[in-house]
Amino acid sequence: MTLDANLRVDRPGFTLDLDLHIDSGEVVALLGPNGAGKTTTLRALAGLTPLTAGRIEIDGTTVEDTTMGRRTPTERRRTGLLFQDYLLFPHLSALDNIAFGLRCQGRSKADARGEAAAWLDRVGLADHAAARPGALSGGQAQRVALARALAPSPRLLLLDEPLAALDAHTRLDIRTRLGHHLADFDGATLLVTHDPLDAMILADRLVVIEHGHLVQTGPPAEIARHPRTDYIARLVGLNLYHGAADDHRVRLADGAEITTAEPHHGPVFVAFRPTAVALYRTRPDGTPRNQWPVTVTGIERRGDHVRIDLTGPLHLAADITPAALADLDLTPGTQVWATVKATETDTYPA
Amino acid sequence: MTLKLRSRTGRAARPRRAPRTTAARHVPLPLLLPALLGVAFLTLPLLGLLVRTPWSDLAGELRGTQVLQALRLSLITASLATVLSLVLGVPLAWLLARASFPGRRLLRALITVPLVLPPVVGGVALLLALGRRGILGQYLDSWFGVTLPFTTAGVVVAEAFVAMPFLVLSVEGALRAADPRFEDAAATLGASGWTTFRRVTLPLVAPGVAAGSVLAWARALGEFGATITFAGNFPGTTQTMPLAVYLALQDDPQAAIVLSLVLLAVSITVLAALRERWMTAV
Repeated sequence: MTLDANLRVDRPGFTLDLDLHIDSGEVVALLGPNGAGKTTTLRALAGLTPLTAGRIEIDGTTVEDTTMGRRTPTERRRTGLLFQDYLLFPHLSALDNIAFGLRCQGRSKADARGEAAAWLDRVGLADHAAARPGALSGGQAQRVALARALAPSPRLLLLDEPLAALDAHTRLDIRTRLGHHLADFDGATLLVTHDPLDAMILADRLVVIEHGHLVQTGPPAEIARHPRTDYIARLVGLNLYHGAADDHRVRLADGAEITTAEPHHGPVFVAFRPTAVALYRTRPDGTPRNQWPVTVTGIERRGDHVRIDLTGPLHLAADITPAALADLDLTPGTQVWATVKATETDTYPA
Repeated sequence: MTLKLRSRTGRAARPRRAPRTTAARHVPLPLLLPALLGVAFLTLPLLGLLVRTPWSDLAGELRGTQVLQALRLSLITASLATVLSLVLGVPLAWLLARASFPGRRLLRALITVPLVLPPVVGGVALLLALGRRGILGQYLDSWFGVTLPFTTAGVVVAEAFVAMPFLVLSVEGALRAADPRFEDAAATLGASGWTTFRRVTLPLVAPGVAAGSVLAWARALGEFGATITFAGNFPGTTQTMPLAVYLALQDDPQAAIVLSLVLLAVSITVLAALRERWMTAV
């Protein structure tokens, strides 16, 4: 039950152009900033938004092909879609919401309800069968919606920000449960999210799109280590620079230079963690070969550390301890020296 | 960080009790006087009706066959007109709210014309279309032997003509307010368009359909101009309550008052019965 798709959707001021392949049982996370085309991708695959050009093949069956003028309507595609706000039918009980898709397959009411009850049990809500969606908590509604999407045994499962509407505590629990259900599902799964943590934990592979185009794809660990765009770098919390390498020196487009541990030649990316950046009030002596005079532009508390935004020959994010912040007496506008050891940098071909 | 931020906004977003209007704030006189006059203007006529009602003779007046006959006819025709409006109006409202086709705005404008058209003009138009020599009526007559004018069926047609736009607009509004993504969700679960309409869309807009039906029924019950023009005024077949009231006023004012009181009572009963359940949801 694989997905093979070549999607093109044109809209005024926006074009989605994306090739997607998902294997049976594989979970692919689609990441991207707002407006990148994530939801459009989901709606196109489900048949809710027609393709301008392209082809969608699910489980060996072509469900849409613009060159042949073929288009299978949504209700006959057998794609399960979990909406971000779940969209449980408010006038039906939890049980009947899940039974809805089974009834549409022509199953009798008793039969459909019997299987829906089994699904409710599987998501741990057996005692909520009669509850209306309005009486369910966010996490419960999410589980009912997931059961509703999975019950008609879809060939392709589409999840639109399945955890975004949950509070932090529920999220942890639901993410674990969702992971179990996805592991049990034998079809292809596409998970849309803007949370890198959800993507890293739930997905086998990440697909990152920006402005409707693919910018990077690969296993989560690979993308976390070697981001190729500023968006992904911010997502995984790295400082990222693009430049031309000549042995151990990388010259950036705006003239700044970074000294790296590994020698390279030609266009490269250089990445290092914000914790690798050390700040000094006066120019430090000694080893670090990367030293830049910079100005503090932002200070933000993040958990147990403080994120300092800096600008100078290059833009930098530095993570320091609250104690260090107090010692350095930093305020926006303060001039400091930023240093990064060459051994802390990671260089890879662009 | 996100957690902290969320809890902070959560606290700020907690609904605060709306400040009550304090006793000290007085209503400006230029607003208060017209408002009170408005109340008087709307309630005094009804009060007059109650005051002048011959309460002692009420039972006798009500027992007059003409009153019961007209009341029965009114209730039946208004209900049938509402059913006709539902059968034709709900699909029409769906078309206006969900389908996109050229000339949709024009169609919508056309449909609302009966809403603003003087009912007598509507009656004349109905006669020209469905009368025995009307553009459609002549075929109804010669092919099927059906004549609508001056029959009870004609009353239903006249009432539906005037009342249906209320229902269409009410249901269309409810459809536009309902999230169309529920229908997307139904489609992903394998529901055909008809199943989706029956099992998802219609239940979602049920309050709007009910409100529209009440409006249409009330409008049909009070219909006068189109009915008398198209269906005439024959006791027992086409003389509805409003027609009976008007006629009675000329030779038996006492009966007119009683008939009016009955209409008022019926209207208020229906409004009160449905208000709590439906009208507030619109």
